Amino acid sequence: MTNPSSIPVLDLGGLLLVSIQGELPDDAAVALQEDVTNAVASTGSRGLIIDISALEMVDSFLARVLAEVAASSRLLAARTVLVGMRPAVAITLVELGLTLPGLDTARTVTEAAAGFGVSIARTGGREEWGA
Amino acid sequence: MTDGPPDSGLSSPDALSAFLRRRSEQIAQRWADLPLFQAVFTVTRDEAVEASHAVVASLADVAAGGRLDDLEAAGFLPVRRQLIAMSGSRSRSGLSLAQVDREFGALRDAVLDMLPLDQAGQDERGGDDLRLPLATLFGTLRVVVVETMLQENQEVVLRQRQQLLEMTTPVIKLWDRLVAVPLIGMLDSARSQVVMENLLEAIVEHNATVAILDITGVPTVDSLVAQHLMKTVASARLMGAECVISGIRPAIAQTIVQLGLDLGHVTTRATLADALEWAMDQRGRRDRDPRPLG
Repeated sequence: MTNPSSIPVLDLGGLLLVSIQGELPDDAAVALQEDVTNAVASTGSRGLIIDISALEMVDSFLARVLAEVAASSRLLAARTVLVGMRPAVAITLVELGLTLPGLDTARTVTEAAAGFGVSIARTGGREEWGA
Repeated sequence: MTDGPPDSGLSSPDALSAFLRRRSEQIAQRWADLPLFQAVFTVTRDEAVEASHAVVASLADVAAGGRLDDLEAAGFLPVRRQLIAMSGSRSRSGLSLAQVDREFGALRDAVLDMLPLDQAGQDERGGDDLRLPLATLFGTLRVVVVETMLQENQEVVLRQRQQLLEMTTPVIKLWDRLVAVPLIGMLDSARSQVVMENLLEAIVEHNATVAILDITGVPTVDSLVAQHLMKTVASARLMGAECVISGIRPAIAQTIVQLGLDLGHVTTRATLADALEWAMDQRGRRDRDPRPLG
């Protein structure tokens, strides 16, 4: 880990959560890829959730990085779920022909966690927020 | 309006203008009896005469301006609205562009017929030198009519296209986190783009996990439409929502196969009801059967 990406990889008891806030330069993306793969290996997690709801743009490089993270995590026995992609980002990726076939997707973090059998119970707040 | 003989010093457009003004009443009376005016002004003949007067006056203005073949001549402006109304009324009653054009052409003949009468005793040539500018003027009038008709049609087409785009795509929330889009009519690139954007926005808004694209109202599916549908499905999947395409009629299924289109891994169902069943099943499975860690 020569160049930490400064994006935290949270360990929620065997489930890893990465939330990308703000645009990611190419070198930071590469660093993140390294961080995440290391974290998966060291924690032995079976699930990885990547939240990109804050991203307004995903270029072909970042898309490839995400696909590679998923592929290498799979080699380490962890399943990756991409969460919260915005419509404009989805349309752009599809127009670029990057449909990310190997990646699982979910609408919200709660839902992705439910997909792993981890239920994040509601502890207040309004219904429509995050469902 | 001068009642005297045409001044020999007048150039032919001016002479034409003077002639039109002088004979305005007779021309209007004659025109009012032509099928064009009779058909448009069905209530009273006076209305037709009045309208004819307006047209004659504006033709005289154009002639006085000397620009007989200028479509943009200011003289045409006052009657443009009336010409639109008249040609519109004729084409609404089922006449083709050519037929309407011919009816307007008849106006010229009515005026030409009057020329020898007007000029009798004043000009031994019987007003021959007015024939050419007169023909030019009426030719221009016909072009103006045709132009306004085409413009009118163009506006109708544009308006309808806009309406079609607007009514295209209501996204319906069918159930908690389940949305559907009933697609009606031909899908072109612009419409599919709107459909896609609306659906994806609705997925975000309702946190939908399943979306149904119903194409019962889509008459034909070609490779372009199929491609648009696939793109929509792929985008929805990237956002974390499963898509199912329903309402595929047998004929459309056959077309898709014959075109060799590969709908790939897209889930399809015959009817909206089947798709709804699939969607509910899908939700149940997600809740019942998560893929646990470890």
